[in-house]
Amino acid sequence: MLRFALTRFVSLTLSLLIASLVIFAVIEVIPGDPARYMLGINASEDAVAALREQLGLNDSLALRYLDWLGGMLTGDFGLSYTYKVPVSELVMQRLWVSLPLALYALALSTLIAIPVGLIAAARRGSAADYSIMGATQLGIAVPNFWFAMLLVLIFAVTLRWFSAGGFPGWDAGFWLGVKSLTLPAFALALPQASILARVMRSALIETLGEDYIRTARAKGLSRRQATVRHALRNAMIPVLTIIGLQFSFLLAGAIIIENVFYLPGLGRLIFQGITQRDLIVVESLVMLLVFAVILVTFLVDVAYAAVDPRLRRGR
Amino acid sequence: MIGLESLSLSIHGTPILRDIDLSIAPGKVTGLVGESGSGKSMTALAIMGLLPNGSDVSGAVRLGDENLLNVSERRLCDIRGNRIGMIFQEPMTALNPVKTIGDQVAETLLIHGRAERREARRIAGEKLARVGLGHMPLTRFPHELSGGQRQRVAIAMAIALHPELLIADEPTTALDVTTQAQILDLLNEIVDEEGMSLLLITHDLAVVAGMADHVAVMKEGEIVEQDATEPLFRNMNHPYTKALFAASSHQPDRKPLPVTDAILTADAVVRDYPTARPSLFAPPGRFRAVNEVSFTLGKGESLGLVGESGCGKSTLTRAILGLDPIQGGRITAFEREVGPDFPNALRAGIQVVFQDPYGSFNPRWTVERLVSEPFHLMPSPPKDRRARVAEALTDVGIDPSAMDRYIHEFSGGQRQRIAIARALITKPDLIVLDEAVSALDVSVRAQVLDLIARLQAEHGLSYIFISHDLSVVRSITDRVMVMRAGEIVEEGVTETVFTDPQHDYTRTLIAATPRIPDDWQEDGQHA
Repeated sequence: MLRFALTRFVSLTLSLLIASLVIFAVIEVIPGDPARYMLGINASEDAVAALREQLGLNDSLALRYLDWLGGMLTGDFGLSYTYKVPVSELVMQRLWVSLPLALYALALSTLIAIPVGLIAAARRGSAADYSIMGATQLGIAVPNFWFAMLLVLIFAVTLRWFSAGGFPGWDAGFWLGVKSLTLPAFALALPQASILARVMRSALIETLGEDYIRTARAKGLSRRQATVRHALRNAMIPVLTIIGLQFSFLLAGAIIIENVFYLPGLGRLIFQGITQRDLIVVESLVMLLVFAVILVTFLVDVAYAAVDPRLRRGR
Repeated sequence: MIGLESLSLSIHGTPILRDIDLSIAPGKVTGLVGESGSGKSMTALAIMGLLPNGSDVSGAVRLGDENLLNVSERRLCDIRGNRIGMIFQEPMTALNPVKTIGDQVAETLLIHGRAERREARRIAGEKLARVGLGHMPLTRFPHELSGGQRQRVAIAMAIALHPELLIADEPTTALDVTTQAQILDLLNEIVDEEGMSLLLITHDLAVVAGMADHVAVMKEGEIVEQDATEPLFRNMNHPYTKALFAASSHQPDRKPLPVTDAILTADAVVRDYPTARPSLFAPPGRFRAVNEVSFTLGKGESLGLVGESGCGKSTLTRAILGLDPIQGGRITAFEREVGPDFPNALRAGIQVVFQDPYGSFNPRWTVERLVSEPFHLMPSPPKDRRARVAEALTDVGIDPSAMDRYIHEFSGGQRQRIAIARALITKPDLIVLDEAVSALDVSVRAQVLDLIARLQAEHGLSYIFISHDLSVVRSITDRVMVMRAGEIVEEGVTETVFTDPQHDYTRTLIAATPRIPDDWQEDGQHA
């Protein structure tokens, strides 16, 4: 098990290195002057030259790459050109919104999807199964910004239980923060939970047809016992895969929901970075997201091995 | 005493079982024999109360003074695993892959509240020792065990609570002959020592002949004949029993062809597989699946290759077909070296028929397209494509009108005939038959063997016939090679090898093969 994790860790590090090279190449090496791109067509030659100096664009490629890499390892992501503050500071502020939001949405999605999928699979073909399948179909089809607005309309405007948007900051109190993330988390979780519930259902139905379930029943386990004790864990592999993919998406893919709820999250930061041509912010954020995706993939791989002993031997 | 009284079953309106009357005597082995689809397994599942949804069952399954068809599901859960245990055909998938074998055996005790966790694990250890796995740590996972060992674990689970009845549904069908012999011995021992009844379900007459005290023969959901074992075999009152018996010892009518020059030679062939790396940066290990195998196949000859699973038969086959590169030696066919670069035009001269009649066809292609696929090997595909397909289908006894149908419309035996037609279409010199009749019922198998023999005589074909089933190889080959752990341990004229085996391993294989005692058979029945 330890060797498995170690093997995976080595491949994680390699993936990160390769990703950093690709990102560096795409943003810095491709034709065109980043400084001119950032300043726009009408910028004076002097301004461009000054920015090139500031960005270190006059150094050799290798030096710039190592500089960038070394900076990131020490937490120095450079200075944002538009905000004039360190990128790391910007990212940390936003991460404190995006990360809890992503975790919150993921927890909701998992907590809803697993029992729902379990019920649908255990009562396959029943009215409960059909209604669950119908509801999840709807959950996938409905755009989440529309659902978000519906939530605002009901819970903020009409019932006044939650505020319609904005984030007070964690300094204002933990519960206040949680409360302001609740509606966005639900809006994000709905389509994810729908997908996850369907995956759970089909994985479980397949597992329930396996020979070892019949063996378990022949030992005297009831249908429910066989499902809980033997089928559930075996059905977790595809579910874990989807959970991993969903987390990566939730971390950076929440732009629309962040906009609907005026949340200062990572998605909005990337969007702003792109529209304001702040390549330093974009470059660092893309790297950060790649890191998050690779890390989650690593955790999912380790979770596979924890679930399935056949995967524990390092390959 | 467990008794079935006029047990009838239909599933979604389709009748499956009709008026089954069978009593399973305590401490005895009752054999239930029949071909696939005869209702053997459904009978077992009806006793267990594990029938699929949509089942409509009538009659009675008596255990003590209860009728199991009328008791509650809760009561059935108490009985399953406790008073009736069951093991299944496929040991590779019958155990939960994510739980240790110790936990899975202990679960039988825990679920019936017979022991605390600690005590249950201790008893699980005892039971595993009882089935011959005393050396096996309880913390092993199923994937770390061989098929035979897994079947032993399944038996340990089923007998952990000392049930009155053990149902074994084709318990050895998926196992090698030597492993089969060990598992059957184990079952016999358990029945003797623990005094439990055994309901042994199998398609193999020889297995019941060696094991059972009482035999019932099933056909299309009915028991056509039942009696004590020896009288049943001696008399065989029902024509179906006779037919089944004749088919199982069927000898196709064939004469060896005059063997001319060699069409295929293998010279010291070596095939290595890479295995897991011993450490992160070390080169991968090697597993030698085929070790310096040499043989020659003449034109018109039928060469058998027997051995147990994992001995390298299939790997050798893939090398002969030029599908995998070899790491040493040389395979020559039609005077060219076989390998990934073997010219297609020559490749058309070597065709193959695989074991699984269900998995070896693309379900979305018509039979015409399936059968004519090897044409792409030829430099210029024939113009009269449909006529050639019709000819090949006629040759294997399938009506040419089948050409426009899809494969799911055919039975297993018909599919295997179509697979043979596909192999014949390029008019090859050599057909490799890789376990080609192993998945078929005995009566269908007999017909396909006849077909294989006839085609050889008509087209002067050479065969390489690969099988784990010694009796089939004996009936259809001129020469046989016995393979073990990647090496050919014995080779010779088939009859000589079977009547006078030289190598210990060959003797072990022959001895392990179940047989119906010769003196039970009337003259003339065993041709």
